[in-house]
Amino acid sequence: MRWKRLRAIARKEIIQVVRDWRSLVIIALMPIVMTLLYGYGVTLDIKHIPMYVFDREGSQRSQALLKGFQASEYFRIVKVVHDYPDVVRGINSGRCKFALIIPHDFSKRLAEGATVGVQALIDASDDNTANIIIGYSDGVVSRFSEQVQIEWLERQGITNIDPPLSVDARTWFNEDLESRAFILPGVIALVMAVIGTFLTALTIAREWERGTMEQLVSTPVTPLELVLGKLIPYFGIGMAATAMCAGLSTLWFEVPLRGHLTTLFGASALFLSVVLALGFWISVLARSQLVASQVAMVATFMPAFLLSGFIFPLDQMPAQIRFVSYFVPARYYDTILKGVFLKGVGVGELQFNFLALAGFAFLIASVAVLSFRKRID
Amino acid sequence: MLGRLRQMLVKEFIQLLRDPKARFVLFAPALIQMMVFGYAATFEVRHVPSAVLDLDHSQESRELIARFAASPYFDIRYRLQRREEIRTLIDASDVYLAIEIHPGFAELLRKGRTAPLQVILDGTNSNTALIAYGYVSRIAETFAQDQLRDRLNRTDPGLVAVVPGVVLEPRPWFNADLLSRWFIVPGLIGSIVLLTVVQLTAFAVVRERELGTFEQIMVTPIKRSEFILGKTVPFFLVGLADTAVVATVGTLWFGVPFRGSAPLLLLGAALFLLSMLGIGLLISTSATTQQQAMVTGFFVVMPSITLSGLGTPVSSMPPALQWICEFNPLSHFLVVLRGLYLKGVGLGVLWPNMLAMALIGAALLAFTTTRLRKSLD
Repeated sequence: MRWKRLRAIARKEIIQVVRDWRSLVIIALMPIVMTLLYGYGVTLDIKHIPMYVFDREGSQRSQALLKGFQASEYFRIVKVVHDYPDVVRGINSGRCKFALIIPHDFSKRLAEGATVGVQALIDASDDNTANIIIGYSDGVVSRFSEQVQIEWLERQGITNIDPPLSVDARTWFNEDLESRAFILPGVIALVMAVIGTFLTALTIAREWERGTMEQLVSTPVTPLELVLGKLIPYFGIGMAATAMCAGLSTLWFEVPLRGHLTTLFGASALFLSVVLALGFWISVLARSQLVASQVAMVATFMPAFLLSGFIFPLDQMPAQIRFVSYFVPARYYDTILKGVFLKGVGVGELQFNFLALAGFAFLIASVAVLSFRKRID
Repeated sequence: MLGRLRQMLVKEFIQLLRDPKARFVLFAPALIQMMVFGYAATFEVRHVPSAVLDLDHSQESRELIARFAASPYFDIRYRLQRREEIRTLIDASDVYLAIEIHPGFAELLRKGRTAPLQVILDGTNSNTALIAYGYVSRIAETFAQDQLRDRLNRTDPGLVAVVPGVVLEPRPWFNADLLSRWFIVPGLIGSIVLLTVVQLTAFAVVRERELGTFEQIMVTPIKRSEFILGKTVPFFLVGLADTAVVATVGTLWFGVPFRGSAPLLLLGAALFLLSMLGIGLLISTSATTQQQAMVTGFFVVMPSITLSGLGTPVSSMPPALQWICEFNPLSHFLVVLRGLYLKGVGLGVLWPNMLAMALIGAALLAFTTTRLRKSLD
């Protein structure tokens, strides 16, 4: 390996990157746009759920129950309807996700000392929202129920009743349970996967397609020099992207960064090496830009999105899929990112993940260099 | 006219199907994505890894823990002796939830006072934490109710039968078992078709330009409309075939019910593909290299999927983003897909979305045609 040749290849690649200003602008915007998109667009904090109310009694009691829903920031009563078909239409068309039906003999049966059921019709086509609706509305109804019981007991002369149990919940790491703090650190992995693999996947394939590979083959450059030279500019772009994502997440969206910056950038450099090497390998194998881009999508972006624990929890997946996830480098990077941002842990706690990333980087880079042949078939 | 169009189509199909790697790209990524996403994308929260620390060792505390152990939502992996162990387990992500029962728990309950139940949650994944907390409260709620009735039973046995109460009776429609797969799979059909078709179309024209075959086409007597039809019809057919393949996998493999009408699905897919072809061609005619086309394509695809309601409901986004979603063909197609799959509704409910897709598609294709005129001159 000669420095001079390495520098020459890197310089050629940088010129090529800079010359294509349109791609360069898009690449520079990518971390910003992705962070903004995920910061604002993807929220798992479900609030203001549109609901219909069908109060078949219209008494003081039923209104008191509805007050609990009005006061909650999780629900927004968009319409008070007066017949059942209206409820069905609302749910079918998606105008409401949830409808509460209070029976016509609500207060009468409460006065009799019965346990009255209020029906909640829920559009469960989105199971997660449905789950959260059930949780919140159950909370509102049981608080109301408790109130009713205490009032009733007081009327029977049984006073100063304490509720038997109080749940004292402490949330660690993400105290306000903001989905933003959970999602944004993982966006860095997505951006890196895109920049790293997509761009490099095309660099070699492009040379083959345009016929400039023959010119490269005729030079004395060695495969290792070619790999390193071609990847260095993209490495720089990737590290800059990490810094941009991290800056925007912490400064604009106020995601806490509790760990060390060195941990963050160390892990990023390792992960970037993995995706760059992977992109290079794909482009060596594919030889066509169209195929390379599609393979890069399936091989890197998708796993970084799905099998890394970015949004979908790994421990909820079937065992086979979980097994596959161990071969996804983004999984380890995502764990490190969430650890550094939210938990504030360091290399010591995360050493297994660091080792895994380093192993992948070494393995994939070796395979990529070895599979690259300076030969025209 | 028809003769020339036929020739153009024959050429396009040969180009599309000649290369075995390119043939692979037409269907394989769609299928792989469907299988992986279908299994991996789940928001369900079951078997949450948990730990319990029972410092009371009473009958009551054991009963409460037994209720957690019996619930399918919790998987009690550790029974701890010391409080410090909680910290270690949560730091290492071995458990997401810890339940702590303080000494004196049973005594407080027997005295009729409020006994505290301490719950520690790892909030890193805010969604899992929130849903798990919902399950904890529900178990605590029923336990408290039973304790209250027990207490009353001891003092005034006659009153227990007539204590009033209100309970929520949730009726989740369309997806009674709250399966994530039923929500995700129909949405995947739209997203996968978008990914495949936009990428393929985006390469269609720029590839000819980069390879220099564009000039050869220009010297033939082919007309602009014939050229555009020749470039879009094959991808339109590929898109329909992809929809059919992915939809079949969704129904037969993942067992998601299809409750609507198949012709309506075909109509929806056709209208959706119009916009996809429009976007793809627009990218292809404006890009000068394949790399540009790919990067731009990704830049369009990514926000389209994020702002479509695929994983998170549109109604939780900020108003400005909800407004943007109205112009996103995918978000309309997802409403159609979920309406047809889960709700089984017809054109009466879905016509606004169908109309929106038709309008967006027509506008995009018209704009692309005028742009192409300029670039051809």
